[in-house]
Amino acid sequence: MLLIDCPWCGPRDETEYHYGGQAHVPYPETPAELTDEQWARYVFYRDNPKGPFAERWMHSIGCRRWFNVLRDTATHEVLTSYRLDAPRPGGTDV
Amino acid sequence: MAESIAALRTSPVAHLAERMRDATVTGARGVTLTEWPYITMVNLRVDPSSEAADRIEKTLGTPLPQRCGHTAASGPHTVVWLGPDEWLLLSQAETAAVAAELQEALAGDPGSVVDVSANRTTLELSGPAARQVLEKGCPLDLHPRAFGPGQAVSTTVGPVAVLLWQIDDAPTYRLLPRSSFADYLARWLIDAMSEYRGPAIP
Repeated sequence: MLLIDCPWCGPRDETEYHYGGQAHVPYPETPAELTDEQWARYVFYRDNPKGPFAERWMHSIGCRRWFNVLRDTATHEVLTSYRLDAPRPGGTDV
Repeated sequence: MAESIAALRTSPVAHLAERMRDATVTGARGVTLTEWPYITMVNLRVDPSSEAADRIEKTLGTPLPQRCGHTAASGPHTVVWLGPDEWLLLSQAETAAVAAELQEALAGDPGSVVDVSANRTTLELSGPAARQVLEKGCPLDLHPRAFGPGQAVSTTVGPVAVLLWQIDDAPTYRLLPRSSFADYLARWLIDAMSEYRGPAIP
């Protein structure tokens, strides 16, 4: 069970949250000009790192806000959580 | 017209009233479960730094709570923090009047005032063993050092999402589940309470 820090509600059990996949995936600036391959890349292709990974979570049972979590995919350690309008701690928005 | 409709309504756990009464445990490990149906509830969303929020605070006679867990009481009203720009107003006053008053204070600015009185019902769990009953299925730390009277948070009890509000040191808790989950939660609590009838197992 992960203990995740909601930026608004504090530490709560993983069961109170919903997972939202990789964070910092920007919507294409010119969606009409994208090729099928570029669309597929935007819609389906995600990183799968071993180590720190920035991902989106939503506190669905609590304040119902989306936020980002930096989690180590190898150890499941929750490194930090931050609001959507904040940059990824330590840089590199991937 | 409104009064005749009010006379016809049935609360979500009215059919369990007798079983909840029978589940009462007295003594040092006592715990009781009762329903407080038809409490006025108004969902309020507004930017807390806006002028509309100031007008609403003036109407309610209390500042809106700014942090998770905080509540604010004023006359018949209690305001519970639901999110950074969302509150639930619980009130003994008449629903239509409260909603109209807040709607007027919002005055068409960005935000919303919605009567959600039928969304949830209120179950009150009280007595020396109340905390132990909740701890069987609530992931929060309910120890007095972490959670006390006047605090209210959204969490889960068993698998049911509730707004959990502590009233006093008895301890008395009010659980506000969505109406359609109230039957299950009441049965879950009745079952959880039954063990305190007997002596404590060492």
